[in-house]
Amino acid sequence: MKNVLELAWLIPLFPLVGFLVNGLCRNQLSKSLTGIIGSGVILASFVMSVLIFMQVKQGNTQVVSLFDFIHVGKLSIPFAFQIDQLSSLFLLIITGVGFLIHVYSAAYMHEEEAPHFARYFAYLNLFVFSMLLLVMGANYVIMFIGWEGVGLCSYLLIGYWFKNIEYGNAAKKAFIMNRIGDLGFLIAIFWIILKLGTVSYSTPEQTGVFDLFNRLSATDITGITLLLFLGATGKSAQIPLYTWLPDAMAGPTPVSALIHAATMVTAGIYMIARSNILYTMAPVTQTVVAVIGLATALFAATIALKQNDIKKVLAYSTVSQLGYMFLGLGVGAYTGAVFHVMTHAFFKALLFLGAGSVIHAMHHEQDIRNMGGLKKHLPITHITFLLGCIAIAGIPPFSGFFSKDEILAAAYAKNPVYWILGVAGAAMTAFYMFRLYASTFLGQFRGTAEQKHHLHESPSAMTIPLIVLAILSVVGGWIGIPEVLMTNAHALEHFLAPVFEKSAALAATHHLDHSTEYLLMGISVAVAAIAIFIATSRFSKKPDLQEATGFGKVLANKWYVDELYNAIIVKPLFVFGKFLNSIIEKRVIDGIVNLTGRLVHYTSRQVRLVQSGQVGSYVLLMVLSILVFFAVQFFVKSK
Amino acid sequence: MIPVLLIVVPLLSGLLGFFIKQEKGARAWALLSAVATLVISLLGLTVFNKGNHLAYDATWLPALNSSFAVSLDGISQVLCLLTAVSFPIIFIATWHSNYKNAHNFFAFMLLSQAGLMGVFVAADALLFYFFWELALIPAYFLCSQWGGERRIAVTFKFFIYTFIGSLFMLIAIIYIYFHTPDQSFSIKSFYNANIPQSAQDLLFWCFFIAFAVKMPLFPFHTWQPDTYEQAPTATTMVLSGVMVKMGVFGVIHWLVPVLPTATWARGDVAAILCVIGMLYASFLAWQQDDLKRLIAYSSIAHIGLMGLAIFVPTSLGIQGVVIQMFNHGINIIGLWIVVELIERQFHTRKISELGGLAQKAPALAILLVIVALANVALPLTNAFIGEFLMFTGVFTSNTSRFNFIFTAVGGISIILSAVYTLNMIQRVLFGNTNTLTATGRDIRFNEKLVLAVLVVVIVVMGVYPKPMLDMTQGAVDTIFSKMFIKHP
Repeated sequence: MKNVLELAWLIPLFPLVGFLVNGLCRNQLSKSLTGIIGSGVILASFVMSVLIFMQVKQGNTQVVSLFDFIHVGKLSIPFAFQIDQLSSLFLLIITGVGFLIHVYSAAYMHEEEAPHFARYFAYLNLFVFSMLLLVMGANYVIMFIGWEGVGLCSYLLIGYWFKNIEYGNAAKKAFIMNRIGDLGFLIAIFWIILKLGTVSYSTPEQTGVFDLFNRLSATDITGITLLLFLGATGKSAQIPLYTWLPDAMAGPTPVSALIHAATMVTAGIYMIARSNILYTMAPVTQTVVAVIGLATALFAATIALKQNDIKKVLAYSTVSQLGYMFLGLGVGAYTGAVFHVMTHAFFKALLFLGAGSVIHAMHHEQDIRNMGGLKKHLPITHITFLLGCIAIAGIPPFSGFFSKDEILAAAYAKNPVYWILGVAGAAMTAFYMFRLYASTFLGQFRGTAEQKHHLHESPSAMTIPLIVLAILSVVGGWIGIPEVLMTNAHALEHFLAPVFEKSAALAATHHLDHSTEYLLMGISVAVAAIAIFIATSRFSKKPDLQEATGFGKVLANKWYVDELYNAIIVKPLFVFGKFLNSIIEKRVIDGIVNLTGRLVHYTSRQVRLVQSGQVGSYVLLMVLSILVFFAVQFFVKSK
Repeated sequence: MIPVLLIVVPLLSGLLGFFIKQEKGARAWALLSAVATLVISLLGLTVFNKGNHLAYDATWLPALNSSFAVSLDGISQVLCLLTAVSFPIIFIATWHSNYKNAHNFFAFMLLSQAGLMGVFVAADALLFYFFWELALIPAYFLCSQWGGERRIAVTFKFFIYTFIGSLFMLIAIIYIYFHTPDQSFSIKSFYNANIPQSAQDLLFWCFFIAFAVKMPLFPFHTWQPDTYEQAPTATTMVLSGVMVKMGVFGVIHWLVPVLPTATWARGDVAAILCVIGMLYASFLAWQQDDLKRLIAYSSIAHIGLMGLAIFVPTSLGIQGVVIQMFNHGINIIGLWIVVELIERQFHTRKISELGGLAQKAPALAILLVIVALANVALPLTNAFIGEFLMFTGVFTSNTSRFNFIFTAVGGISIILSAVYTLNMIQRVLFGNTNTLTATGRDIRFNEKLVLAVLVVVIVVMGVYPKPMLDMTQGAVDTIFSKMFIKHP
């Protein structure tokens, strides 16, 4: 049944059709029909993805070529999809989690008017479509199409409520920050073309970039990987380009779930995992990736400690968790990073949708200082959210534990300092997540009487996705149980092995002995448990109500990075533009032009060639007569 | 016969147009002629796409050994198609605009189209020069008679600029004529001219100035924002959508293959100007409050990239330029249409006075967003193909020492284009309505239709550029190989 793979193009086609139908018929379709079309197309893609995954699991992989996208001279860039272990896994995550978010959205967005509701679903479908192109593309250019596509969709969805200028600014910021990274990606593509003449990935049938890497010098490979990584810092919100992601929560909450879990931010991880061989060959870049990842993980975690907006805490936690994934990539734990993408997709989608359910119940309240005691009013939301918190905190046997542990173990093998800092970050993660949990669900309700009166559990279209995601957050890690706990149980590693084969062969793998591994695991779990205990006991009774002061204020204000960027980059550039506009353009360049004009005018007056002194009309006359002369010549042919 | 028809149809209908005094009739006549021209162009691409249909040669000035020689290669096909597609779109989109002495207005528009076609098909240097002027003179009249308040001063500036540029070109053409093996103006003789090394540089700069003014390249650009702002929008569409391509086309067709040695030697200097222009114009676009000026500067930035890809010559890059000439024309006409629709409704083009249009005119908003995305060269829009090829060409060039710097610095304009375009989108479409825009309404059917057609072209060309790439490949290769014949 290998021909199922031939139909892989259906996977992105369904959401594209959904986008077109919902987008073009937005004034005709009813809301329920829109919701059914919007979610249905993703479900169809999910079913296809499952079928394809079954094939890939049996070892069938394939490149599906559709048509020549760009074919000029020797440069050939086909519009082709690569179906292999890595892409098929991402397909499951994107369409699976994506589908749940679509279903949830249909209930969450019910207050919107029908045309806007349809617009919302059209954007959502387009988002999934772009992400699918990104992971399915069989070469870097197709990946880049999806790459910029998700940037566009995040722009459209963050600014979905377009009457609000603030939201618009957040959307613009997301797009521009992403574009900075995109330029890096683009130059990396040019570099690859320059050196290798192709942008296609390697497959068993076809020689591609990953077979030819030994044609690249050390400079080339470092340059290319660093530029690709610059692209990844934009899309996956790493230092220095992370500031758009926390602002991106201006969009509707399910969109945050989509951006943070199923699409968009995982793109950078996918790109590096896809290019793993290049990174393995570039130790300098690997160190950069690991250090930036770790720094981002810690930096974002400190900010999350002091945020009071339920979505902002989650947003910084995403930035921080992505940092862990990059740490994993940097130390060569490619499987671990992909594993964490997957578990993170489950629990982060769960947490965002849970937060959405809370916000829904609280009538658009997002400040946790005005919540508290929601446990008894929102039982399903509460229990699922708690499971998500435990999963992200890294408590076994929840999913987050296994993936984070794999990354930390690999980090330890590379450099114990990575591990120490990583565990410190994990402690902060556990702390801020349970600060969030306790402030929201435990203690006394602190909202208005009006809000209290309306508190209600969300409809089943919202709670069912929560339950599904909660189950996945609990059991999702079991496909990657480390060797030390159970022999031959790391199904994911076996599955992905062909993708990382070459890297594994080239990189010396340090195996920790079992006692060390137990010790590391024990410490990280203990630290997380302590952090949970402190946070819960401290914030369940008496939440963090007062304004932060001192260092806390610095954290609450996100280390003033936005202000810094504004002061040293945005403002100076704008002022520079102003200078160019008012001085250089108007005075200098146009000044010279006008001077020349006046000079011509002056000379003409002196010479008095024409009574009026209008050199313009004179010259025009001259040109006209030349033209007439030419024209006449054509008809009056000389013998 | 196809190239002759492409010139003669608009020329004759333009001349006749002066006598159709009735406004509606003049309008319809112009549209009819434009559609006929489009049909001829399409026939030339399909049914009559064979050697003898695509070339024509007749005696013209035998004493000077100059003939009325016209021919269509892949590159000129694309530009003729662009010219042929643009005019009907322009006429339909501005159907509701009023002009005094409408018959003269439309007649000049058609004459200008004839001149443009001539420039793109001319296979004789003198003929090329003749059409070059023929295209410009109607433009002067259109600007000075139907323009905005400052039209006289601005047209004068436009005229001085382009006239001085043309003069340099004429000098260069005459000089080369004396160095052709057979004392002829034909393009073949020009390609084979034996030009002394010492003169190559000077000639290069003569041509360069003529074409750089027309494109325009920094620092020869200051006529452009003024002219675009003051000219009637229909004329601005012609100027920016099609007429600036005369300059780009001139460089590709007449400068690079005629003076390859100088292009290799002086290309970097020209390329530096292009890169400066890309950033400079992007920064200026960011500062503009007038929609027309914003688009004008944005266009200068985009044209700068075309210049860069030509002066760091690679076959990929030139291929990208050719594709981009077409796509840039489509996109910028789309932008002008939107500006025209906004201005006609609200009587302002000031971004600061607009806002919230998405609420009042959703169709306009959607179409503007798509055209704007094409303007920032988002993948799967037409402009991405061209920009990708041009940048790839520049980066992979093995003749320039600065290819990495050119790409990296020029690439910043990709980021800046997102900055100013999204800024504009946000301030015009999003946010709340103000007292002016609160009364806004959505666009009419014919306007929607025209913009929708452009959007379809944008997407089709962005997803499946193969036909146009295939069509132009041969001509690009020929031009590029010329660069090596005399200079292996």
